[in-house]
Amino acid sequence: MTEDIDVGAVATLVEDSGEMGTPDGTREVGRSRRRKEDAKLVTGQTMWTDNIQLPAMLHLAVLRSPMAHAKITRIDVSPAMSMPGVVAVFSGADLKDELGSLPCAWPVTTDMVQPDHPPIAYDEVRYVGDAVAVVAARDRYQAADALEAIEIDYEPLGAVVDMEEALKDETLVHSDKGTNKAFVWPLETGDVDAAFQDAPVLVKRRFIQQRLIPTAMEPRAVVVHPVAAADEYTVYSATQIPHVLRVMLALSTGLPEQKIRVVAPDVGGGFGSKLDVYAEESIALIVAKRLGRPVKWTESRSEGYQATIHGRDQIQDVEIAADRDGRIRGLKVDLKADMGAYLQLITPGIPLLGASMYVGIYKMDAYRFSCTGVFTTKTPTDAYRGAGRPEATYAIERIVDELAAELDMDPLELRRRNWIQHEEFPYTTAGGLTYDTGNYEAATERAMELFGYDPLRAEQAKRRESDDPVQLGIGISTFTEACGGAPSRILGQLSYAGGGWESASIRMLPTGKVEVVTGTSPHGQGHVTAWSQIAADALGVPFEDVEVLHGDTKSSPTGWDTYGSRSVSVGGVAVHLAAQRTVEKARRMAAHMLEAAEGDVEFSAGTFSVKGSPEAKKTIQEVALATFAAHDMPEGVEPSLNAEYVFDPENFSYPHGTHLCAVEIDTETGFVTIRSYVAVDDVGSVINPLIVEGQVHGGLAQGIAQALYEEAVYDAEGNLVTGTMVDYLVPAAPDLPEFTTDRTETPSTSNPLGVKGVGEAGTIASTPAVINAVVDALRPYGVNDMRMPATPERVWRAIREGSTGGDRAAEGTIAWGGSQTATTAGAESGSAQ
Amino acid sequence: MPRIRVHVDGTAYEDEVEGRLLLVHYLRDRLGLVGTPIGCDTSNCGACTVLLDGHSVKSCSVLAAQVDGSQVTTIQGLAEGEWHPLQKAFRESHALQCGYCTPGMILASVDLLQHTPDPSDEEIRHGLEGNLCRCTGYQNIVRAVRTAADEMGASA
Repeated sequence: MTEDIDVGAVATLVEDSGEMGTPDGTREVGRSRRRKEDAKLVTGQTMWTDNIQLPAMLHLAVLRSPMAHAKITRIDVSPAMSMPGVVAVFSGADLKDELGSLPCAWPVTTDMVQPDHPPIAYDEVRYVGDAVAVVAARDRYQAADALEAIEIDYEPLGAVVDMEEALKDETLVHSDKGTNKAFVWPLETGDVDAAFQDAPVLVKRRFIQQRLIPTAMEPRAVVVHPVAAADEYTVYSATQIPHVLRVMLALSTGLPEQKIRVVAPDVGGGFGSKLDVYAEESIALIVAKRLGRPVKWTESRSEGYQATIHGRDQIQDVEIAADRDGRIRGLKVDLKADMGAYLQLITPGIPLLGASMYVGIYKMDAYRFSCTGVFTTKTPTDAYRGAGRPEATYAIERIVDELAAELDMDPLELRRRNWIQHEEFPYTTAGGLTYDTGNYEAATERAMELFGYDPLRAEQAKRRESDDPVQLGIGISTFTEACGGAPSRILGQLSYAGGGWESASIRMLPTGKVEVVTGTSPHGQGHVTAWSQIAADALGVPFEDVEVLHGDTKSSPTGWDTYGSRSVSVGGVAVHLAAQRTVEKARRMAAHMLEAAEGDVEFSAGTFSVKGSPEAKKTIQEVALATFAAHDMPEGVEPSLNAEYVFDPENFSYPHGTHLCAVEIDTETGFVTIRSYVAVDDVGSVINPLIVEGQVHGGLAQGIAQALYEEAVYDAEGNLVTGTMVDYLVPAAPDLPEFTTDRTETPSTSNPLGVKGVGEAGTIASTPAVINAVVDALRPYGVNDMRMPATPERVWRAIREGSTGGDRAAEGTIAWGGSQTATTAGAESGSAQ
Repeated sequence: MPRIRVHVDGTAYEDEVEGRLLLVHYLRDRLGLVGTPIGCDTSNCGACTVLLDGHSVKSCSVLAAQVDGSQVTTIQGLAEGEWHPLQKAFRESHALQCGYCTPGMILASVDLLQHTPDPSDEEIRHGLEGNLCRCTGYQNIVRAVRTAADEMGASA
């Protein structure tokens, strides 16, 4: 929906404590505030990492392996040393003693195979793009030129790109480990054998989650500013995780943590790809230390397609057992997850983030899950928007549609018979999680209204009858996901090395203005605006008076950063609670100033007053000034008005929703057009409806892109065939439809704001909605599954062969053009970028 | 080395440039005008779009040596006193999230509205197909361009 969102209705859903609200009596939470972030972004006054210029700064360029798997038999960097502008050149062997192994923070099993991961390879390369040498030169062109002078000989060791091939252990990615199997991680609840034995209906499918390239618009970059005499280092990085990065750089390089400051300046998108600790961050730090000069490294896009993590790449064998009336008895999932060549920060944990979510919103007796992590000679995988939950949602929403087809039942009716009813919450699922709240009925009812479900079904029947060359398909996705990562206790149970709490502090300044310090690290999400709204309400100050500090370990020393739709439900809640704590401190001071008992002092819209004598009052700004001067403090109250809160949630939050997609398929060309898309999301209470709607739009775009457009393709030798933006189809404006979005609001009970998280919902929900629509359109042609992306070629083949459209990599064809006519004029001149 | 004279955002510059130097690197590394970002190396993404003598170009696809005698407008020179209607509309319509594509998206839209002052949504989508955004799904960008077109049409 493009109409304005009813802000009033939203605001009333936030529980009224009677104390919140800004001085003019309005509520900030629930308003579609325009973003504070935008002024600099629309005028070009941004500080991206690559914008940083420091005195005497050198530019780094990284030489990368052109081989998927090879032994380095000789490397000579000396010819590059004499190239113009070159200051230093290092091979992996030159730096290996100072560069520790890159970290993996998630040993998912005690016997997980965890190979050494040198930031620069010194003996063996294991994927195309593995770093082998680094040049430091006076400008980026000179650095790029010098790479070509480095001499290096490789002895090929054989690529292995297919997971099932890799599991044969014939070609080992890490020969010292003796196996390509990284781990096997099982989960089982209920009596699975009983559920499947004698089940009247069994449906089995193999789904392929193709490999994806996250493609945040800002390429990765890192700048390191060393102060050699003090052994101090400031690392600017285009990262989602400045706090995690600081710890990991200290651990891997051995430099003292307190001497490292990490700054995430303006960061241009991440989608998981900047939730990592990368080779170039360590390399830049150590080279800057060696040379005693600032250095900068910025990836080119094509370099990033090899050297920045990829997403998904899983094989899902899924089987569902049901009764004839459609009641689901149980589910089995056997998953193979491609790790790539190494384990990055949370690579092995990604498929497991979905482990409990394969049951979706459905009740069932039993569930069995097993995931095998597999090494291949490809770019490592890691978090990509949704991370584990899109895969789980795809599998359950696809198999439920297949079950409906098997039962000859309307897929919505089948869902209704199995989903958790709204009065059954909190509900502990067969996946082992306790969903706090939800109302699948309400979201579905609203979505069906907006979509016009019954008329579309009627039109579909008519087109089928008349053998119309353009067939109509309807796809449904009634999804849920787990956000609010994470209760630290649960992370511990899952063997994750870190925690999931978030910190916030409030600093009332002497002039009555406010600084909010947050441990979240936004890169497009609008935290400065949303956190201002939360703080303004709780403190009773104007929205404009609040500034939000983030993304710098010096000003915001603690936090767990931004990923997994966690920021509002952990970090936003921490801001709210820190503000409440600030008000409590101010109340004691106000009581002292007003000579009243603390219990008699009321706080409303930024003013403290005494019960029964409304003329006796002090504003929070007056109180802040009095605590700053501190001439007359009450007993036990420290000067200055500030407070900190560290919030560790008890449970996840569970956004859900119903997405409906109608596609038209030209059966003569195989071209799929999305005719309408309705998304009704329930993300709980909403801080800023405009931002929420924007997050849903962007999420939908990425989920639809997986369904229809994007695939990272490797050839048998391990070359990334879709290695540039020319070959990897990121959708442009004409490739996407106008979305109709709406919301229902069932507040989460996992946190005091009732918020759930929205960053990944659109992506998680939309991929199965689109593919269900495609398969629905083609079912009369004998099609009962469709490989992603559903390109015209695949769809055309499927119609003719009654198949899934086949494996594009095996066919040797690569990405298609969509509506874009790529202009390649700059390809030959852009080599030095 | 070629010598160029160029006006960028209203300021005259005269520089010797390496023949292979891309306009975007000239702007960023030589002039320090870092408001124009780089998003790819194949001229697909459009993040580096600027106006060259009033028309949008991807500044990664133009050599600095080619702009001798030209006027270049970057996002940093678009506002004349107050923000351009597109800058206002992008903020008002929430047409940006991370904002990395925004300079290019706005300058491509300036050119689009010059030759199609009253575009349909379809025309906006096709007019901006050379500019990629990974955050917004484009819906609010279309809305922003529509809003700006209405405002510019009303004031014309």
